[in-house]
Amino acid sequence: MKPTLIRGKPWVITDAEGRLIDDIDTDQIYHNAYLAVTDPAEMGKYAFSNLAGWEDFPEKVRPGDILFVGENFGAGSSRQHAVDCFLALGIGAIVGKSFGAIYKRNAINSGLPLLELPAIPVKELGDLEQVVVDLETGEIKAPDGRVVARAKPMSEVALEIYRAGGLLQLRPR
Amino acid sequence: MGRTIIEKIFAAHSEDEVAPGKVIWLELDVRSARDFAGANVVKRFRAAYPGERVADPKKTFFTFDCNAPANTIAYAQNQQVCRVFAREQGIKVYDVDSGIGSHVLMEEGLAFPGATVVGTDSHLNILGAVGAFGQGMGDVDIAFAFRYGKTWFEVPHTTRIVVRGRYEYPVTPKDLTLFLVGKLGSRGALGRAVEIYGEQVEALDMAGRITLCSMATEMGAIGAFLPPSEGLWAFVEEATGRHDFSYPTADPDAEYIQELEFDVSDLKPLIVAPPRPDNVHEVSELEGERVDTVFVGSCTNGRYEDIRLVAEILKGRKVAKGVILKVAPATRRVWGRLLKERWLEVLHDAGAVITHPSCAGCAQGQIGMTGEGEVQLSTGNRNFPGKQGKGPTYLCSPATAAASALFGKITSPERL
Repeated sequence: MKPTLIRGKPWVITDAEGRLIDDIDTDQIYHNAYLAVTDPAEMGKYAFSNLAGWEDFPEKVRPGDILFVGENFGAGSSRQHAVDCFLALGIGAIVGKSFGAIYKRNAINSGLPLLELPAIPVKELGDLEQVVVDLETGEIKAPDGRVVARAKPMSEVALEIYRAGGLLQLRPR
Repeated sequence: MGRTIIEKIFAAHSEDEVAPGKVIWLELDVRSARDFAGANVVKRFRAAYPGERVADPKKTFFTFDCNAPANTIAYAQNQQVCRVFAREQGIKVYDVDSGIGSHVLMEEGLAFPGATVVGTDSHLNILGAVGAFGQGMGDVDIAFAFRYGKTWFEVPHTTRIVVRGRYEYPVTPKDLTLFLVGKLGSRGALGRAVEIYGEQVEALDMAGRITLCSMATEMGAIGAFLPPSEGLWAFVEEATGRHDFSYPTADPDAEYIQELEFDVSDLKPLIVAPPRPDNVHEVSELEGERVDTVFVGSCTNGRYEDIRLVAEILKGRKVAKGVILKVAPATRRVWGRLLKERWLEVLHDAGAVITHPSCAGCAQGQIGMTGEGEVQLSTGNRNFPGKQGKGPTYLCSPATAAASALFGKITSPERL
């Protein structure tokens, strides 16, 4: 059974001025120069390699860590690489203000938890070394148990796919 | 309660209750993959379903358009992986000589009013132009769709847009499209369906409908849907040989999450400046800026009508010295008609370089990329940094592209 409580360091994807970056597209997450890579394990090192200020992200991040992102994260192309690169790094969940429609599906189908949170508490998250995200309730808590934010819980179908280990492990109803 | 267009299409393809926000299982009339991601679909399918068959080979297709014919060994390899799988499974391949997959699906009558179609092209929602639900998906999704012929989908809310007034040439459907992208912005319709109405919309020919629906993606939308038109029926009847389709229309009491109204009576030719598709300006604001390369083609503006218009403007003239004009028809059928009617000859004589049908520059295909500082005007739909090379890319209509190619600088077609 996959865990529905995800524990990890929060990474708030901001620009040099400390503002959340909106509209991060799939070319910034995973540039088309590396599309010929077909082994998902190889994709981690290219995550955010085309996002100014975040090029060294793959070296800094640790398995279980949680991303906090702005509006329309994953806009643009349908490439699965832009999800697989985070799975390869062991990212535990992505919490965003909103997601590109295709990106959202791709993440759910690959079993990467996504939660929507219209207001990201940027400063508060920056002060925390660790957060716990409850995929079933959407609660995001500090290590002392204090609720930092409440995201929209994952949908039933998204949880079902996540628990199964991805869409390809399921049969349609 | 009444239904919107997408709700009508879904209700006809699902046993589940269709309402915005609900997740349903959706029957798919067409499941497709192209050379981009197609090999990954095959790899996922073989790993997840070893030795198994696709749900229905007659409803499953490959369409090669990104890199056609392959100019890298990696793409050649990926295309061959798809061909081998297609032979094993009895799947039809629209190979590297066919053109842009979404357009081929419409021309072949595989995407028709009311149909549900998925594929690996993020602009597959262009099929709204024929009243079909089209959706670009990743390779996991498509492997599942190949195997089971259905998928899960969250029913989106719908935004209703009414466009008042009419514009006149040299304002064109691309300008109307850019106008709406500018008004809505890159996430103005995020995760929603859009219905677009108005006298001007109903007057669009098939090429214009395709242009308008092709940029739903740049508004963040699941897809754009239009009322039927004369141009639509002529196209659909030729493509399918059938006259009995009922076009999905919204009920009078359909519920919309948002209703918007715009007036286009005073619309002027528009252009998108770098670095993103919703950075829309009037062409007159940017007139005079140097242009090195002009690209005419793509799923947005690669139809016969688009390229013929460029040829008509350039007839008997030459593009400016030093300007490279690149032309890529959307499909083999478009290419053949332009060739036989000698419009390609007109373009040749004007100085254009013409290539076979494909996604061309938009997908880093075969008509050349830009180098640093090389200013490109494109009739395509995206200008994100680095997408078509290191040079800045502007997006405009075929008429603006032709006028600018003639003068070697951004030029409004109003000057012609």
